[in-house]
Amino acid sequence: MSLEARHISFRYRESPVLNDVSFQLDEGRFHALLGPNGAGKSTLFGLITRLLALQTGELLLSGQSLRRQPAAAMRAIGVVFQQNALDLDLTVRQNLLYHAALHGLSRREARLRSDRELARFELADRAADPVRRLNGGHRRRVEIARALLHGPSLLLLDEPSAGLDVASRDALNRHVRDLCADDGLTVLWATHLIEEVTLQDRVLILHQGNLLADGPGQALCDAHDESSLLHTFNRLTGAPKP
Amino acid sequence: MRPVHYWHCFVGIQTREWLRFWQQRTRFASALVRPLLWLVVFAAGFRAALGVSIIPPYQTYITYETYIVPGLCGMIVLFNSMQGALSMVYDRELGSMRVLLMSPLPRPFLLVTKLLAMGVVSIGQVYIFLLVARLFDVEPPAWGYLAVFPALLMAALMLGALGLLIATWVKQLENFAGVMNFVIFPMFFLSSALYPLWKMQEAGPWLYWLCQLNPFTHAVEAIRFSLYLQWNGTAVGITGAVTLVLAALATAGFRPQRTRILGARPANG
Repeated sequence: MSLEARHISFRYRESPVLNDVSFQLDEGRFHALLGPNGAGKSTLFGLITRLLALQTGELLLSGQSLRRQPAAAMRAIGVVFQQNALDLDLTVRQNLLYHAALHGLSRREARLRSDRELARFELADRAADPVRRLNGGHRRRVEIARALLHGPSLLLLDEPSAGLDVASRDALNRHVRDLCADDGLTVLWATHLIEEVTLQDRVLILHQGNLLADGPGQALCDAHDESSLLHTFNRLTGAPKP
Repeated sequence: MRPVHYWHCFVGIQTREWLRFWQQRTRFASALVRPLLWLVVFAAGFRAALGVSIIPPYQTYITYETYIVPGLCGMIVLFNSMQGALSMVYDRELGSMRVLLMSPLPRPFLLVTKLLAMGVVSIGQVYIFLLVARLFDVEPPAWGYLAVFPALLMAALMLGALGLLIATWVKQLENFAGVMNFVIFPMFFLSSALYPLWKMQEAGPWLYWLCQLNPFTHAVEAIRFSLYLQWNGTAVGITGAVTLVLAALATAGFRPQRTRILGARPANG
C-alpha cells in the first residue's frame, strides 16, 4: 500500500502549518518523518487520518483519492496517536474488541485476531488487566496491536516513543521494524529523536511546515557532505551543531 | 461496508458504554443524588406552596412528588447527555473519540450510535431513580415503565445532539460550569419539569411562551404522558422533530478540527 501526498498545504487560522508538501512512500518500507516540535508532523497525520479536512493538495492511497474513498482508506490505515487513545478503565482485550467492532468485525473474528496480536506482542498474559495497570511501554504495545487488528497495510505512528524510557523506546522501535520486515507493512514513524532513525531508513525531514529533504538517510548525509544524520538534520533546520 | 458491519459496530459501541458504566458504577450512583435531593428535600418544601390541580395525564389530584418525577427523569437525561456529549470533544473521552473517528463507517452513523449508547446508559439511571421514587409513593402503572422508554431515548438523543452541537461550535463554553449556567439551568427551569405551564402563564405570558419554545418542556411532557400510558402527540411530535434536526445538524456539522480531538492544537505541529 503506497501513500502519496501531492502539494499539501494547510493553514490554521492565519498561520501556515504545512507548505506544499509532496512525497510518496515506498511499499513495505520503514519511513522516518523527522522534525522538531511544531514542524507540522501531527497536522500531516491529522490530514491522512481525516481528523483534519484537506485544504489544498491531494492524498492518494494506492492511487485512490483519500477524499473520495475515505472508507477504503480507513480500512487500510492503522494509527498510533501521540497521546494515549486507550480506555484506561477497560481491559486490554476489551480495548481491542472495541476497535475491532468499530471496523465491523464480528465478535468471533475479533477474538481470534486479538488473541493473535496479543500473542505476537507478548501481551497474552495481560489480556484481562485494565490498561490503567500497564506501564507506558506495554500501553504502547497495546496501541500498536490495536492499530494492526483490522489488517492495515500502512501503519502511522505519531511520536510513539513519547514518554517512554530509553529501553522501552528501543524495544518499541525494534518491534515496529520487525513488523515492517516480516509483514511487508509500510510504516511512517514520526519523531523528533534522531536516535530512532537509521541511515538505512528513508527519511523525510519536515521543518516549519516545509519538507526539506526526502531520501535514504545515508544518501542525505552524502548529499550534504555531513558525517551523520544529526549533522545533516541540524544543517538543514539551521539548528546549532552539538 | 455491509449492514452486518454496521451492526457489529453498533453492538461494539453499546457494549463499551455499558462496560464503562460498570467500571464507574459508583460515579453513576452518585449522579442519582441530585434528583433524589430534589425529590426528597425540594418537593417536601414546595408541596405546601404549590398546589397542583387535576391536569392531564393525571386523572385525580396528585402529590407534588408525583408531578415532578417525570421532570426529574428528564433532569437525569439532561445532565448526563450534555455532560457525555461535551466530554466526547473535551477532556475525558478524547482518546476514545480519536479511535471512534478512525472507523471506516460514516461519521454520522458513529456519532448517533455513540449518543444513543450514552443515552441508553443514562436511561438505566432513570429506571433506578423511578424504582427509588416508589418508596415515596410515586407509582406509575407497571406498563408505564416500558412505555416511557422511547420518550426517554428520544430525549437523550435530542439533548446529546444539542451538547455535541454546542461543544463543536461554541468555543467559549470550555467547561461544564459554563454549560450549566447558560444551557442546562435555563432549559430545566424554563420547562414544565418543576411546575405546570398554567402556573407559568399566571406568572407572565412571556415566561409561558419561553417554556413553550423550550424543547425540553416537550421532552418532559412526552416522558410524563408515556409514563402514565397516555399519548401526547404534540409533545412527541415536537421532541421527535427537534431530535431529528439537532442530530442532523450535530453530525453533519461535526468537524474534529473545531474540537480538541486532535489533542494538541494543529498549530503546535
